Amino acid sequence: MEKEKNHSRPVEESDVKDNSRRDFLKKSALMTAVALTPVAAARAAEMHMDERLAQVFEKMPLHLEINGVAHNLMVEPRSTLLDILREQLDLTGTKKGCDMGQCGACTVHVDGHRVNSCLTLGIMVNGKKVTTIEGLAKGDQLHPMQEAFLKHDGFQCGYCTPGQIMSAVACVREGHANSEHEIREYMSGNICRCGAYPNIVNAIQEVKEGGMAI
Amino acid sequence: MENKIAKNPSATDGLSRVDGRLKVTGKAKYSAEYYTKGMVYAVLAGSTITSGSIKSIDTKKAESAPGVISVITYLNAPKVPGYQDTPAGAKGMLRIFYDEKIWFNGQPVAMVLADTFERAQFASGLIDVTYNKTPFETQLTKNLDKGVSPHNAKDYLRGQEEAYKTAAVKIEQEYLVPTNVHNPMELHAIIANWDGDDKVTVYDKTQGVVSTQRNIAQAFKLQPANVQVTAPFVGGAFGAALRTWPHEIAAVMAAKLLKKPVKLVLSRADMFTAVGYRPHTWQKIGLGATADGKLVGISHQATGQTSVYEDFTEGVVNISQLMYACPNVDTKYRLASLNVNTPTPMRGPGEATGAIALECGMDELAHALNIDPIELRLRNYADTDPLSGKPYSSKFLSDAYKMGADAIGWSKRHAQPGIVMENGWLSGYGMASGMFGAYRGAATVIARLLADGTLDVQTAVTDIGPGTGTFMTKVASDVMGIPAGNIRVKIGDSSLPPSPTQGGSAITSTVGSAVNDACVQLKQKLKELSGNVEGGSGGYAQILQQHNLPAVEVTVTSKGGPDMAKYAMFSWSVHFMKVLVHPTTGVVKVDKAVSVADCGTIVSQKTARSQIIGGTIMGTGMGLTEAVVIDHRYGRLVNNDFANYHVPVQADIPQCEALFVNKPDPYINPMGAKGMGEIATIGVAAALANAVFNATGKRVRDLPITPDKLV
Ligand code: FES
Ligand code: FES
Repeated sequence: MEKEKNHSRPVEESDVKDNSRRDFLKKSALMTAVALTPVAAARAAEMHMDERLAQVFEKMPLHLEINGVAHNLMVEPRSTLLDILREQLDLTGTKKGCDMGQCGACTVHVDGHRVNSCLTLGIMVNGKKVTTIEGLAKGDQLHPMQEAFLKHDGFQCGYCTPGQIMSAVACVREGHANSEHEIREYMSGNICRCGAYPNIVNAIQEVKEGGMAI
Repeated sequence: MENKIAKNPSATDGLSRVDGRLKVTGKAKYSAEYYTKGMVYAVLAGSTITSGSIKSIDTKKAESAPGVISVITYLNAPKVPGYQDTPAGAKGMLRIFYDEKIWFNGQPVAMVLADTFERAQFASGLIDVTYNKTPFETQLTKNLDKGVSPHNAKDYLRGQEEAYKTAAVKIEQEYLVPTNVHNPMELHAIIANWDGDDKVTVYDKTQGVVSTQRNIAQAFKLQPANVQVTAPFVGGAFGAALRTWPHEIAAVMAAKLLKKPVKLVLSRADMFTAVGYRPHTWQKIGLGATADGKLVGISHQATGQTSVYEDFTEGVVNISQLMYACPNVDTKYRLASLNVNTPTPMRGPGEATGAIALECGMDELAHALNIDPIELRLRNYADTDPLSGKPYSSKFLSDAYKMGADAIGWSKRHAQPGIVMENGWLSGYGMASGMFGAYRGAATVIARLLADGTLDVQTAVTDIGPGTGTFMTKVASDVMGIPAGNIRVKIGDSSLPPSPTQGGSAITSTVGSAVNDACVQLKQKLKELSGNVEGGSGGYAQILQQHNLPAVEVTVTSKGGPDMAKYAMFSWSVHFMKVLVHPTTGVVKVDKAVSVADCGTIVSQKTARSQIIGGTIMGTGMGLTEAVVIDHRYGRLVNNDFANYHVPVQADIPQCEALFVNKPDPYINPMGAKGMGEIATIGVAAALANAVFNATGKRVRDLPITPDKLV
């Protein structure tokens, strides 16, 4: 089970655009048949014609910058930013806890603001800058919030942690970390089932009181 | 309402998690996060009826949807050879895609396999199923009379039955604990990939790679060594990943059929029906005491729900046999089979539920006697195990009572309920104790010193969050005198020497001891080599270099000794709560929480503190917010998501204090350490209920204590 560098499925726009559009145009006569007879449909499926159709009609270009790296992708409009990050770009630091905007595990920054990436379709962030947990540290030097989480043990299993940290950084930047009460209120969108809440508050307070630019 | 508790000065003391850096940078990989070439995504489709059978199932539309590779149903599912081991009609784990029978709502009826997650999910909505419906029962309280006595939970009697009825002061009450769902933040997930016909690799969310290996080997009739299970990181579990669930078998089955790696990640809704939960349980308790507060009798009955296809029993009533010195105790435990999925142990299994009846009952009795609740417990303090008559290996619960009372400010509590106001809120204090068996099983550990002074410590155990690798590092560091930074721990891999499943609060004791023993032997071996030069990694490295050895290693199996049978071994806890209740809206706010654990030596201070606080918070959910709601007209869950099943969030939780008696248990293991995962939660919800009574004068005996029950 070796991990591959490149995914088997084409995701970069340049990989698919020219070929499939041309292919599609060539075979458009067959496409008409596809719609008409089940036998042709089955054959077309065997030839992966449905794939090609999908490539052309169901995918859209998406240009975005993730952790400072530009990506030009072809994505289905229904693909969430979360699934694009995790399944297409192997950025699995961003977690899926509910896939419906109820837990905060998928929190990332889009143009500096925290969002639930499971509630954000990829195409909604076209042209924007996305920061994920993988983009927070500067090389080996952890972000102060990551350091504070380590010091205060702001986690146990670690699954909610990337979302908590992304949310915590935004919470301080937004100016919503002025008291324990305020932190609790503004961090309530990030569930931690292991129950690291008090430690998370302590970590955020330390970063806030440290006054570092974050 | 800012919290006034001083921050525990020790909160940041001690070794930080050794895998913490991976966790805060997003590099820790959980089971769904391994990419393999040609991966196929699986999505489950569940039954929309609650009991009956599948009449027809049409998968054509789904199969012709873009990207769909296959749809598996009972009609075309490959045989799982191990399923034949259970005789027809016998109860047991749900056999997935086995036949047309439907036992509960949401039971998987099909699995769609496609080349992307989106396509699999879309196609899962295109399956047409028709059913033959049969009558069903999903309501525990309507089926209490159908409870049966399970063969592995016999009725218990010491002294006289129902002796409480003869006592000068008595209480008799019923309590209801609803279904709670573990809901770890990581969704259950598995990636399965076959290598030929007789070998399979899985990345799986499991609390025990060895048991998962055994279960998959049994199901598919493979050599266990040919089943590789990898789970270096587990995103919480709390009991939910103790078993190998049907969906795991389904993923392995699909990977075999397609000869491709298959990834199945449950949805949050699936997490309520595809894996187990803490079962809805009815309890009745009778407590009787003399006028000066000596217990005369305890009678405790419980009926818990289970599925119709499998019995799940837990020790709900055991705590009443064990907690107090009482001459007359009788307990009865019954199971009611309903059209629901099978429950499974959830943090503090049985005891957390039983403690609601016993510890709320003790509070009611204390009130009736007009004795302080701590004082009542001290008057009935057990100095030897009332069940076995054996001495305790160690018990300092009375110290814990005192520490907790001081920390919460118990002296400020008014015995008369409902009279203290604080800024327009009613204020009250409550306490309750917990206990759970302490245990030491067998584990095998490799300790290997490398020529550069690095120490490798390896065993198959998983870490669901408590910090297994961290305490292993701490134990190894203490024994060897090697700094933590020079120690590498490898866990969560079935190819490593065996360790038990992480559960039942036994891992620190079991694996910690094996690490201890392995390091002691390694040290001895190095000493012999060197002719007695003492430690430190520098010194050890020199020994290896002098002998021109790349490494010196030992593999040691270690298990509990004869003392295990001589002594009664338990971990103890007491939880103190201060709550504020809004008189008009009935909103309950936890103002202060103090939990004290008497679980022997604390090996790893920072992670231990977090584990106790985490348990307090889970218990708070049990007490105040968590309940599965079924629409009994349809037998269908109505709140299977985080918006409607309320686990505590940040705003619900104050600063929590975790304190430790921290006195070694001389008999359990070389470290003197006992488990704390369960006692962290057992008693918390009862303490909250008692605090709410103290604040309001209202007894809520039907959890969770939601505002509607207080106005
Ligand atoms: S996964 Fe996005 S909020 Fe839960
Ligand atoms: S650390 Fe496990 S859910 Fe937060």
